[in-house]
Amino acid sequence: MLHTFAVYVDNKPGVLNRVSSLFRRRAFNIESLTVGHTETPGISRMTVVVDTDEYGARRLEAHLYKLVPCRRVDNITSTPSISRDLALIKVAATGEARTHVMQLVDVYRARIVDVSPESLVIETTGTEDKIDSLVEVLRPYGVIELVRTGRVAMARGTLPPPHARPRPAATTASEVSGDVSSCSV
Amino acid sequence: MKLTGAQILWESLVREGVTDVFGYPGGAILPAYDAMRHYPIRHILVRHEQGATHMADGYARATGKVGVAIATSGPGATNMVTGIATAMMDSSPIVCITGQVGSKLIGSDAFQETDITGITLPITKHNYLVTAAADVAPAMREAFAVASSGRPGPVLVDITKDAQQGACDLDWDAAKPALTEAFDEALPGDGDVSDAIELIAAAERPLILAGHGAMLSGAERQVLELAERAQIPIAVTLLGIGGIPASHPLNLGMMGMHGEAWVNQAIQEADLLIALGMRFDDRVTGNLKTYARTAKKIHVDIDRAELNKNVRVDVAIARDLRLALEEWLPRITPCHRPAWLAHIDALKGDAAVRDIQNLPDDGHLYAAHVINDLWRLTKGDAVVVTDVGQHQMWEAQYYKHNRPRTLITSGGLGTMGFALPAAIGAKIACPDAEVWVVVGDGGFQMTMPELATVVQENLDINICIINNGYLGMVRQWQEFFYDKRYAATPITGPNFAKLADAFGIAATTVTRRAEGEGAVEAARRLKRAALIDFQVEQEDSVYPMVPAGADLHKMIRRPSPIVETAAD
Repeated sequence: MLHTFAVYVDNKPGVLNRVSSLFRRRAFNIESLTVGHTETPGISRMTVVVDTDEYGARRLEAHLYKLVPCRRVDNITSTPSISRDLALIKVAATGEARTHVMQLVDVYRARIVDVSPESLVIETTGTEDKIDSLVEVLRPYGVIELVRTGRVAMARGTLPPPHARPRPAATTASEVSGDVSSCSV
Repeated sequence: MKLTGAQILWESLVREGVTDVFGYPGGAILPAYDAMRHYPIRHILVRHEQGATHMADGYARATGKVGVAIATSGPGATNMVTGIATAMMDSSPIVCITGQVGSKLIGSDAFQETDITGITLPITKHNYLVTAAADVAPAMREAFAVASSGRPGPVLVDITKDAQQGACDLDWDAAKPALTEAFDEALPGDGDVSDAIELIAAAERPLILAGHGAMLSGAERQVLELAERAQIPIAVTLLGIGGIPASHPLNLGMMGMHGEAWVNQAIQEADLLIALGMRFDDRVTGNLKTYARTAKKIHVDIDRAELNKNVRVDVAIARDLRLALEEWLPRITPCHRPAWLAHIDALKGDAAVRDIQNLPDDGHLYAAHVINDLWRLTKGDAVVVTDVGQHQMWEAQYYKHNRPRTLITSGGLGTMGFALPAAIGAKIACPDAEVWVVVGDGGFQMTMPELATVVQENLDINICIINNGYLGMVRQWQEFFYDKRYAATPITGPNFAKLADAFGIAATTVTRRAEGEGAVEAARRLKRAALIDFQVEQEDSVYPMVPAGADLHKMIRRPSPIVETAAD
């Protein structure tokens, strides 16, 4: 089954490589991986989706903890959480088709963010299912280009961010200005 | 006062308690070598950087202290890869320092530039690329902390030439590492101590499986106390040898592919396995589907990622073994298990008759005899460093180790060429110990240039070559599983005695069993390096053997009672 991990890591050069290399090394296939800043400076958060069983998920969690720049791992698969994917979809839309596409965009509560004589760019946010479904209904009109962020997820409720536990400032080697969040996945 | 990055490097090593480093200089590490002369650290010049890493590894295994290897960028760094992977697989704490081209040149394919942090990423616990002098001390402190904490392992610190040359103030306290205590709380799926205690109390046929972790956590006494209090027999892994005295009546011996038949049989019949600091490697389990099917299983390991990896267990505890056992021991009820112990004794059956030790001298020289003589003459007190292959298994079977850290061997990675350099490391670490290298003629030829290191450092190391003219373990597999098609396993070698002589090392050649004792005694008396070339039976095999992937109890046994040999 799909497991979703929230992984808090130091924002340092090469950290994304360490995480993705771990998955490769241990033969886990990443379904999606997103990285971004958190509310704490110096800490990035990854949302990683992996297809594995319960034991695999536990081992993966343990392996992630063994990475020095990894601060905290939460398997939020079974905790109530919100997960979202964002997509930009460029669709061929001229003449009559354009009206149909715009109606579909309304139904899906998506937005048109770029208009050109031959095409439209649609922005949509939602669960992966919803986006899959929108892509399917747009396909007959001609999907020219599609980009998705992959899943980001957050547990519901008011629990404090888990990485906010006391820990002195990191003092590891190179404080170069690299930033995992700017790396491509 | 400002120090250069190179000075800070040595200052850090001194402050971390390092007294010896193993290395090989080169362009990108020159500033560090230039600064070295002013620090109280012995540098052992190796003949190949792989040797430096094995030496650091042997040093670490002999003492538990962090071993240090140093090399230049590019080929110097890549030559370390095998040694780093070896240390990773066997949880050996080493810190490898490599020079790197100047930070401005990184990524430009400069002379002797290689991405060693990228290359070693999956075979180190962690690694650092240091590009400024101010980062040297924090990286070094953290490297030592990472290498020696938790499950130990190798750490690499790659320092650019400009970071070595640049200068800054050294603030040692500010460089203190701030590592997350990753395992300070239970995670879902963690086992409960009470469950383990209950399983032990309820078991009728329990067995302890003790591994390397028993020594790494210093839990040798606690493991033994658990065994004695609850009368639980112990089987050890290859790297667990020495953790429990071989002479202890509850110590059954080694398990696994070349373990004793009755040990593997006991594992298959047990109703409880208590796995302590071991990782259910495929070489100890055989076929997982039929492995210990009747047994409940408790697994204690400091590395949570090892739990439920190969074998599903009933109670999985991620903790330092010594701390875990100290918590258990007051709760263990003393008991007796005469029936189970007598049954295991009965499992031995005719093993003693089959044992090659008990066969009359038929004129052939068997490796097992050599090892047995070595054990007897050194009174089991030597530090024995082995290579990988048949001789390694014979050593494990016939040299009875009673003290921890007296068998140093490459287990997980199975690195041929490990023995000689690792023995140099062990001898530097323990100058008063009697150190023996037990090595095959194949593996010896992989790293034999380190003989020059032995001589240059004036080390009293004795080398016992088990020379059968084959890559013996591979030949054995070809004999058993490839219908004796000996593809590429016959191997020639130099006249090892003459070779040793060329290096200035005393040497003899032994071809008959009766000559072995005298040769070993002469080497021991010499008080400087000596080499004995034991030209043993060529097509002898290691018995018993569980074929790879076969059921643990289905072992190939030594043909009994007559040993067939090539000459017969």
